[in-house]
Amino acid sequence: MAAPLLVHNSAPAVDVLIREAHVLDPRAGIDEARDVLVRGGEIAEIGPAGGIAAPEGAEVVEAQGRHLFPAFVDPHVHLRTPGQEHKEDLETGTRSGAAGGFCALLAMPNTDPVLDSAPLLRSVRDAAARDARIPVGFLPAVTRGMNGGELTEMAELREEGAAGFTDDGRPVVSAGMLRKALQYQRLCGGVIALHEEDPTLSGRGAMHEGDVSAQLGVTGIPSISESTMVARDALIAEYEAGRIHVQHLSARESVQALADAKARGVPITGEASPHHLCLTHEAVRTLDTRMKMNPPLRTEDDRQALIEGLKSGVIDCIATDHAPHARDEKEVPFEQAPMGTTGLETSFAAIYTNLVLPGVLTLELLVRRLSDGAALFALPTPRIAPGEPANLTLVDLDREWVVGDGGYESRSANCCFDGRTLHGKVLLTIAAGTLAFRARQLEVVR
Amino acid sequence: MKHLVSVEDLTRADIERICDRAASFSEVADREIKKVPALRGRTVLNLFYEASTRTRSSFELAAKRLSADVVNFSASGSSVEKGESLKDTVLTLGAHKPDAIVIRTPWAGAAELVAGWTPASIINAGDGKREHPTQALLDVHTLRQRLGGLDGLNIWIVGDVLHSRVARSDIMAFQKMGARVTLAGPPTLIPRGIEAMGCEVRYTLDDLGQADVVYALRMQNERMDESWIPSIREYAHWYQVNGRRLGPKQVLMHPGPVNRGVELSAEVVDSPQAVITAQVAAGVVVRMAVLYEVLAHVPSATRTPEGVPA
Repeated sequence: MAAPLLVHNSAPAVDVLIREAHVLDPRAGIDEARDVLVRGGEIAEIGPAGGIAAPEGAEVVEAQGRHLFPAFVDPHVHLRTPGQEHKEDLETGTRSGAAGGFCALLAMPNTDPVLDSAPLLRSVRDAAARDARIPVGFLPAVTRGMNGGELTEMAELREEGAAGFTDDGRPVVSAGMLRKALQYQRLCGGVIALHEEDPTLSGRGAMHEGDVSAQLGVTGIPSISESTMVARDALIAEYEAGRIHVQHLSARESVQALADAKARGVPITGEASPHHLCLTHEAVRTLDTRMKMNPPLRTEDDRQALIEGLKSGVIDCIATDHAPHARDEKEVPFEQAPMGTTGLETSFAAIYTNLVLPGVLTLELLVRRLSDGAALFALPTPRIAPGEPANLTLVDLDREWVVGDGGYESRSANCCFDGRTLHGKVLLTIAAGTLAFRARQLEVVR
Repeated sequence: MKHLVSVEDLTRADIERICDRAASFSEVADREIKKVPALRGRTVLNLFYEASTRTRSSFELAAKRLSADVVNFSASGSSVEKGESLKDTVLTLGAHKPDAIVIRTPWAGAAELVAGWTPASIINAGDGKREHPTQALLDVHTLRQRLGGLDGLNIWIVGDVLHSRVARSDIMAFQKMGARVTLAGPPTLIPRGIEAMGCEVRYTLDDLGQADVVYALRMQNERMDESWIPSIREYAHWYQVNGRRLGPKQVLMHPGPVNRGVELSAEVVDSPQAVITAQVAAGVVVRMAVLYEVLAHVPSATRTPEGVPA
């Protein structure tokens, strides 16, 4: 019997009545003001606005004018434990996730040491059972040490609760190695998530190859570094009937390759990040190291392709690729800085501000895509329905805030949206029936 | 002007003012005592993270001719080799209260970054492959001295544009001064998207005759290691500026140091069309003008220590 995929600390189950919030759960078909009563961590009742009387002992949240969504699920974050706790740890990372409205996260294995063995997986899961405010799952490495040379003990890792496998941060360069991993997947299951990059094309590149990199004299990472690998890996997955997931898509050609593969019936899915959906390589002109990530911010045309993909469903979900780095690591010249931006606390607000408010995406689609990642990795999808565990986030869509003002819940501040004014602030997050985050400004009656 | 980090920040009027002042300084070099007191009591720090003989000595000479005190700091054999970060090095050296820091690094954007960490004026002496603004200014100065101005000139920049900070600064400076710029070189060494800077791109020298000015870039041997070009021999065959390709009315420039027999043949280096040594001489007067520009009109950052009479 395999271990559960998600672990978190034991906090008391909540009893709370959220009164008169606008409840939006596209999957449950709710889009109107309702009262939602949570008892013992479960959704006990959904009633007409103002229609549920608060039971004895339940906290009451007056939420008129606010929105209540099924909480979000992020299948791609870096929690830096073990070994890089100066950037983030399980407590700060899950606190950051809760503050962004998330009720579950999947952590990547590019830690120090690399998460590539069952004893290590057991130990981080034990740590998560102590420190994680919201449920966390882990994707161990496909290859030992993420060196691309030998498979990890995937079957044992699955029994210990591996939610899938990835060498994220690095591509699986060898086609033969990916093929073996997909063959072995028939024994143990587990989606193989792929960071798509051909290092012979990306080389020492630090930003998107285009007119901006040409003018800045910064070595570029061409789109084909990603798209050729998406196309290649889709063919390998097709041949082996293997299940792969393409991480952080950035280029139009990659979206096209994913669409082509899906049209052929390949069991492949893909994700896009808030930064690739909201920003382009124009943001790199000032050589601000917060704008340095891999894959890099690309052109407006690429960004439009990601938006189209997200709308059509070619891109299955939004994932932040939350990648914290310490201040001293990012306070260096652009070419020396590590790749990555934090994203958990800004994902909803950044996309809401940049794409929903201007009418490019609907709020309903955004809410959906922020939890569509769950099902791809066989995690439960949060639903606002009686009898479901309470996974809820309460958001004030009208509240404007300046990113970084008042600091971050994350240990790191390398957020590409830092200093920008965004709309939409998470006020309350309930994850797995426990109170995971509450904004200081939130008024609670009784 | 407080800093000089990018040609992008300069207007045509800025460039002309600096070049005019450089022209007035060139008279100093002919004096018996080659020194004016313009920056007496000011401190100029040369902070070099890359080997450089020409640019560093040119800045040093420029500062000394303006009577400034000069401190040279090179990364090799220093705290940098002990792992000190750029920020800590700048903060440490900044405690000596330099009025200007001349900085060269292998990293794009480092000069702007440093400007945020110190009150000193920052002069970019090369940031990675991005920019080398004083080279562009001395190139403009040299052309103004030789041809009167750049308006309407066709300038061809030939060679390894991809790795050249000189090319990027020159493209902007030449265009601001009214010239048209064409880039020519092996397709592997012309960056994708560079046309967005407003220049034409050619892969042969067939039409080099259209150029009023031919600006050859240095071809570095280490480019062979990553297969940017198949061989120096083949490069020279296709892209060497030689007596056969260079017309008698064309002006030949090069940022130095020249690889004779590679990007330039010996005959053109020694020809009357070449202004390569004039560029070197212009380096000192233009850097005098730049130091004067950023320092002369602002009060010294050097404070009188407490308790010591001024």
